[in-house]
Amino acid sequence: MALNLNRVDMPNRDPDARNKDFIEVAEGYNVDMAAEEASRCLNCKKPLCRSGCPVNIDIPRFINQVTKKDYDAAYYTLKEFSLLPAVCGRVCPQEHQCEGACILNPKGAAIGIGRLERYVADKFRESGKEEVLQKAPDTGKKVAVLGGGPAGLACAYDLAKLGHSVTIYEALHTLGGVLMYGIPEFRLPKNIVNKEIENIEKLGVKIELNSVAGRVNTVEKLMKEDGFDAVFIGTGAGLPYFLNIPGENLNEVYSANEFLTRVNLMKAYKFPEYDTPVFVGEKVAVVGAGNVAMDAARTAKRLGAKDVYIVYRRSKDEVPARLEELEHAEEEGVKLQLLTSPIEVIGDENGHVTALRCVSYELGEPDEGGRRKPVEIPNSEFDMPMDMVVMAIGQGPNPLLLETTKGLELNKRGNIVADDDGKTSIEGVFAGGDIVTGAATVILAMGAGKKTAQSIHDYLNNK
Amino acid sequence: MYKIMKKEILNPSVVLMDVYAPDIAKTCKAGQFIVLRIDEVGERIPLTIADFFPEEGLVRIVTQTVGYTSRKLMNMEQGDSFLDFIGPLGQESEIENYGTVLCVCGGLGIAPMYPIARELKKAGNKVITVVGARNKELLIWEDVLKEVSNEIYVTTDDGSYGRKGLVTDVSKEILEREKIDHAWAIGPVIMMKFTALLTKEYNVPTIVSMNPIMVDGTGMCGACRLEVDGKTKFACVDGPEFDGHKVNWDLSMRRMNIYKAKEEIALEKAIKGGF
Ligand SMILES: Cc1cc2nc3c(=O)[nH]c(=O)nc-3n(C[C@H](O)[C@H](O)[C@H](O)COP(=O)(O)OP(=O)(O)OC[C@H]3O[C@@H](n4cnc5c(N)ncnc54)[C@H](O)[C@@H]3O)c2cc1C
Ligand SMILES: Cc1cc2nc3c(=O)[nH]c(=O)nc-3n(C[C@H](O)[C@H](O)[C@H](O)COP(=O)(O)OP(=O)(O)OC[C@H]3O[C@@H](n4cnc5c(N)ncnc54)[C@H](O)[C@@H]3O)c2cc1C
Ligand code: SF4
Ligand code: SF4
Ligand code: FES
Repeated sequence: MALNLNRVDMPNRDPDARNKDFIEVAEGYNVDMAAEEASRCLNCKKPLCRSGCPVNIDIPRFINQVTKKDYDAAYYTLKEFSLLPAVCGRVCPQEHQCEGACILNPKGAAIGIGRLERYVADKFRESGKEEVLQKAPDTGKKVAVLGGGPAGLACAYDLAKLGHSVTIYEALHTLGGVLMYGIPEFRLPKNIVNKEIENIEKLGVKIELNSVAGRVNTVEKLMKEDGFDAVFIGTGAGLPYFLNIPGENLNEVYSANEFLTRVNLMKAYKFPEYDTPVFVGEKVAVVGAGNVAMDAARTAKRLGAKDVYIVYRRSKDEVPARLEELEHAEEEGVKLQLLTSPIEVIGDENGHVTALRCVSYELGEPDEGGRRKPVEIPNSEFDMPMDMVVMAIGQGPNPLLLETTKGLELNKRGNIVADDDGKTSIEGVFAGGDIVTGAATVILAMGAGKKTAQSIHDYLNNK
Repeated sequence: MYKIMKKEILNPSVVLMDVYAPDIAKTCKAGQFIVLRIDEVGERIPLTIADFFPEEGLVRIVTQTVGYTSRKLMNMEQGDSFLDFIGPLGQESEIENYGTVLCVCGGLGIAPMYPIARELKKAGNKVITVVGARNKELLIWEDVLKEVSNEIYVTTDDGSYGRKGLVTDVSKEILEREKIDHAWAIGPVIMMKFTALLTKEYNVPTIVSMNPIMVDGTGMCGACRLEVDGKTKFACVDGPEFDGHKVNWDLSMRRMNIYKAKEEIALEKAIKGGF
């Protein structure tokens, strides 16, 4: 059969309609599209795609099951490797992972693995079928999981399947971590996240919400007083960074976390039906160009901002966001202000933002990594009139739990030092996800949670 | 769900509630706060822990009606429950034997001052308390504070009870009269600002309890940031107590007004909705 190099596009809603509401942008494949895309897969003997997936999903197998229309089997194949296929199919940076590694990628025709994954997971969920869950007999061992984001959830899920008694302690009033408070509804509908994490409860995992580890309990207390045999820390990278430039504490300067939390977790986009308000300006600058920045920019647009700018120090080639998010943002009318870096937020006498003072950059010599370093152009200062600024320049580890955990080794940036198996400097205490790696991706966090579950299992068996 | 075990109206705009939250009651300390959410559509609002009863598993909160959510809270009854109740948050007060401590509180600051004054007294301090209210009707907890103070002075703005005037007037007299080793000021920002300015003249180290707008209360959003000694701090994890001589007061006052327009919309909804 001749190679089919035509990737089947996934339909998206019209940019001019979707940039006014919070309904999901991507519409997903229909049955024919999925069949056609799946039929392009070469079912490689040595599938390169698998090596690109951080959890090593057996991609040719599930795609083959799609071609045979055996969708349930395809779903269970995905679930062998991933707790959250409907989530990862939507938010993985596939172009750098599975699809980037696909043998057809050099021809510009990588299989739409994420899209198929999403299709299979959605189809199963929409069928209303109950997932068959298997659980090993009770081991009598207790594990505490701190933080209910992708890392903690994946770890809890696997440990529960292995027969351990697991309790998740989550600081917020809902599970999901960034999936619930960070990534917006129009990219990742919250009912899908909730459905994917339902199985955790079905497996008998105890869930303590509103429980801030480091305040209401400590690692030491959990192990010494509450009888936990091991603890997994998956508290993420939730501490927003600021630039430390003058004017950054003016009223309409938000961290992306605050802006997105108000809108997603607290549903401020439905104010006043929901009680939490959020401010949105007419002219909004979002500083940074990662996924977080794209989400903030597109959210501001949806809440009625007229002009939204992504202000970024480097050029378009270096934009760290997923390609799809950048494209979608531009389609929706978000403007890119590249090679530009803010030096001050200007405000009026009442503390309201009036402008963002910036300097221009140009690309200099490539650094060791081959990336061309941006250098400031002398005397290039200029003001962009703005009435709101969102800082999306990264997040670090939240120190709240870490400072109350004696003997836990941290690196320079304040992240937990853990080996490949998630072991930390304290016996019986493991860690994984953003709290170890710094802000990364859903699938890496999930993969770390999964891998560490196995290592905790081994530890408990040998204890 | 966190059940309201007791509700007591302290004055027309201030309500006391004891909430069943045993984990918090067991671990909290004076100076810390909780965040609560009334229902599924509710806002997360921070409230100081006004007292706690580990044996009964109760946490006491005292709330003043200022806007939509506090109004909604005022209308809840004994036996009703909050959907979410999170804590203890923030750093505890640094209680030690300083010598003589001046505790200045105004308006709603009276409630959070109580456990702090009590602990200060227990630690061996001489506690001099100055309480201010707009008028006699709005004054709460004079008797409660009296129990944990060596001396107590009351001022009202209109002179309807105690001394006519501001807490700073009486505080100044005390500072003139005797050596004060440490001070606490809790209340409206403007009152804390002027108390801190006053104690600075006498070189008395002064702790204030800041109440900026918050969302999560765990250091995740940065809404609560303020400037202390020129550096940005997050009130929910670094505070809420700070050195009153180093707080950038004007910035804090401006940041309180971010949602003024929106708050009015919410309030309108409340009034139309019948409460
Ligand atoms: C806006 C935004 C967009 C993103 N977009 C993408 C994307 O498109 N694709 C992608 O792959 N990745 C994306 N990411 C990154 C991805 O979401 C994270 O890498 C991933 O969620 C990390 O998972 P985690 O479990 O380590 O941490 P988190 O998801 O941060 O979860 C940590 C959990 O721990 C809880 N917690 C923290 N402290 C405590 C405590 N003391 N006690 C109890 N609980 C605590 C938190 O409340 C949270 O629920 C995005 C991130 C953001 C912020
Ligand atoms: C650490 C801390 C401790 C506090 N302790 C108490 C207490 O013991 N008793 C008490 O009555 N009040 C306390 N407050 C203030 C209380 O949280 C606010 O009055 C309440 O959130 C107002 O909500 P609202 O919807 O009724 O009013 P709104 O109409 O929303 O607002 C009225 C004013 O309240 C402030 N406010 C609004 N939302 C918040 C928020 N999420 N966080 C903080 N302030 C906000 C703003 O300055 C606003 O202008 C405390 C605040 C903090 C930060
Ligand atoms: S989990 Fe992510 S990286 Fe792995 S196959 Fe699915 S989309 Fe690709
Ligand atoms: S590398 Fe590409 S073509 Fe080969 S099995 Fe994987 S997805 Fe299919
Ligand atoms: S309230 Fe969010 S960081 Fe303090």
